[in-house]
Amino acid sequence: MAGVIRRQYLGGAAAAVGGLLAVACGEPEVRYVDRPVDRIVEKQVEVPSDPGALVVYSGRSESLVGPIIGQFKEATGIDVAVKYGSTSQIAATLLEEGQNSPADVFFAQDPGGLGAVANEGILSGLPAEITDLVPAWARSPEGKWVGLSGRARTVVYNTKTLSEADLPDSVAGFTDAQWKGKVGWAPTNGSFQAMVTAMRVLWGETQTGEWLQGMQANDVKVYPKNTPQVAAAAAGEIGVGLVNHYYLHRFLQEEGDSFPARNYHPRAGGPDSLVMVAGAGIAGTAKNRENAEKFLKFMLSQVGQQYFAGQTFEYPLVEGVKTNRLLTPLAEIKRPNIDMVALADLRGTQELLRGLGILQ
Amino acid sequence: MTAGPARRAASPPLVVLLPALLVGLAMLLPLVYLVIRSAGASEAAWALLFRPQTAATLGRTALLVLTVTASSVAIAVPVAWLTVRTDLPLRRLWSVLTMLPLVIPSFVGAFLFVSALGPKGLLQQLLAGPFGVDRLPEIYGLPGATLTLTLLSYPYVLLTLRGALRNLDPVLDEAARSLGYGNRAVLFRVTLPQLRPALAAGSLLVGLYTLSDFGAVSLMRYPTITWIIFQQYETAFDRTIAALLSLVLVGMALAILLVEGYARGRGRYYRSGAGASRRSKAIQLGRWKWLALPLVAGVTLLALGVPSAILAYWLVRGVGAGEPLLILWSATRNSLLVSVLAALVAAVCSIPLAVLVVRYPGKLSQALERSSFTGYALPGIVVALALVFFGATYARPVYQTVWLLVFAYVVLFFPAALGATRAAMLQVSPRLEEAARGLGRNSLQVMQTITVPLIGPGVLMGAALVFLVTMKELPATLILGPLGFKTLSTAVWSAASEAFFAQAAAPALALILISSVPMAFLVLRERSLAPAGGGRPPA
Repeated sequence: MAGVIRRQYLGGAAAAVGGLLAVACGEPEVRYVDRPVDRIVEKQVEVPSDPGALVVYSGRSESLVGPIIGQFKEATGIDVAVKYGSTSQIAATLLEEGQNSPADVFFAQDPGGLGAVANEGILSGLPAEITDLVPAWARSPEGKWVGLSGRARTVVYNTKTLSEADLPDSVAGFTDAQWKGKVGWAPTNGSFQAMVTAMRVLWGETQTGEWLQGMQANDVKVYPKNTPQVAAAAAGEIGVGLVNHYYLHRFLQEEGDSFPARNYHPRAGGPDSLVMVAGAGIAGTAKNRENAEKFLKFMLSQVGQQYFAGQTFEYPLVEGVKTNRLLTPLAEIKRPNIDMVALADLRGTQELLRGLGILQ
Repeated sequence: MTAGPARRAASPPLVVLLPALLVGLAMLLPLVYLVIRSAGASEAAWALLFRPQTAATLGRTALLVLTVTASSVAIAVPVAWLTVRTDLPLRRLWSVLTMLPLVIPSFVGAFLFVSALGPKGLLQQLLAGPFGVDRLPEIYGLPGATLTLTLLSYPYVLLTLRGALRNLDPVLDEAARSLGYGNRAVLFRVTLPQLRPALAAGSLLVGLYTLSDFGAVSLMRYPTITWIIFQQYETAFDRTIAALLSLVLVGMALAILLVEGYARGRGRYYRSGAGASRRSKAIQLGRWKWLALPLVAGVTLLALGVPSAILAYWLVRGVGAGEPLLILWSATRNSLLVSVLAALVAAVCSIPLAVLVVRYPGKLSQALERSSFTGYALPGIVVALALVFFGATYARPVYQTVWLLVFAYVVLFFPAALGATRAAMLQVSPRLEEAARGLGRNSLQVMQTITVPLIGPGVLMGAALVFLVTMKELPATLILGPLGFKTLSTAVWSAASEAFFAQAAAPALALILISSVPMAFLVLRERSLAPAGGGRPPA
């Protein structure tokens, strides 16, 4: 029954677009219509301003969010067209497109990407009924974007040579001589830079700078991003790596429990236990606002949140949705109290990293 | 075949000049975008540019360009000679296999080489048992970046060299021998000098590819200027600084072009005497076969075998663990569609420019030829964003359609087509065209009946090259593709970037397999060499 309704709905949408085209081109409407006119009028009323497919620009890859977008299509009957890319590429694309962007929704991997486009006035505000679904720390205070899932900073370590007891209370301990040449990091990675931003806020510039220099002096190994670090930690190329929590679980899924690496959430907590969000906002130029809001609500529904918990090994942000049993519960991570917007601005951090020669 | 100055002809006919101008100017779009973006640069951005670190980065980049180009030539020259001119066993198979590393995307290739050759990679694990090797020396930095980029890009030199070697006129060899030159003298004083334009063209492609690569240098931790441009997009979201740095990169590319212009020489490479050229005899390797065979097999094993084996291992392991194996028909179809279109358009567009460059040398043709390298030398993301800027504003009807995407590929890979077409054009004697003109044909008819048929195989080679590199292209495909557009390379990226290796392996292997079909076709349709030992029946 639902299927029948959906077909009519879409048929109506197509006819409505056809009608618009016909008006625009000044051609007789008959060309597009192959069914009784009364029915089309009725359906046009049902979807008065539907401009076609909902356009989602996704900075999260299809292997992560493709299935849940598919479920959204199935559940709502709304047609969705997705452009996939890395968050930074998509953000740059949105900035270049400016007012001519066909995008309705920007789905980003990190607050940095959302902040960059929000600062240029590309995102419009979200209604409180959406932003209020997540805790205050997980959304933009101006309501420009909302977090959809949580991602924790963590330390991945090799289980053949190390146990949790060997690891320091905080990443501050990795400047100790016993860790010389055994730690990996990815200074070009946005999440790493968000962690350093958190350090600057919580520890201050001086202490953060000293830690970074201490790490450099300790022959820290540089990786381009998280995945190769997890692989290197498991291979024993490094003892520990500073990464996001969920990459390990992808490896575990493919290689089984014998994969010799695990995550450690530092006992002391602080900036190294930062929990960031992946989130989304709606473009100011969105032609499909209503469906865009439905999309965000769906991602924050029980179904959407359970998907992130179960399939991408991320933390759900909506109250009452269970965290994957393989993960350390969010409540046990000593998350620093820090504003996501502070994390979105990475410029000061990049200047610091450049000054120390960590970034080029 | 003495190297005399190229003949200077009258001004080019419009049928050549107009399309050549159009193509040359279209290739400059990314540059126009970069200038527009740089115009808004703040003082801080300029300060960031004029730092000692920038000079160090440029030095590192230049060093990598040198090492990769030199290593690629060192691999390609013997492989090309063995697979084209000799009676190497399974010659045609090696001809196809040694070209294929070109289709491995560098972000996959580098990851695979780290998995295999890293300090704790698969090689170390193999050696750990019998030899107790605990850790291999680090490959990160210049050695790793050189190794990866060389193994992925030596086929550029190989391809242009193969074309040149096949078309060598045996008369020159024979004349040299009759004048008392030995094998070595023939190689160094007759054969290699004739290969100069092909070597220069291939090296240019390798050098500029190295300049624009991001995937390999980032995984091998070797910060080149492209890596730093990427950092601006990745984390600073600063398009102005990225644009300034990209202009510096264009300057480097220009310097490389000038070096190539010098290295290419200005000789004539067509037959000046009467008579038709003959097919060369295959050189009999004899006992040397046992040295040649391991060499070619070794290159194949390292550049193609190692990556394919790891991919196959991931695939088998993933399927064994119960992961569903998705067949990506639509991604395959899309990859083929855009790659064939890009190859055709680039090949056709290369003809007028090649004719202009070879027949009507001068300031204008040189400027047009050099400008056509802009897109190729720039990182894909810069070219893609330039076309987003122009497309979303001025070309809405084609924005996010296959057409703008194909245009982007042509801007990115045009030099690959131009190089092959130009090399073929150099071997066409202008006397033939003059004769046709003397017999009353107009410029267009001469092109149709004389020039294009003669350069056909070269143009096809160029098209093949564009096809192969388009198959693996990633940033422009992601940014400019139609909504929901998937190709094999985006499928590999989507899975690999999130560490779903089994899911990445299937499309990556498909990419290699599918690309081998046109490669095999090209190699098999090459006219074969005359049987060794003259007209004697094979022993």
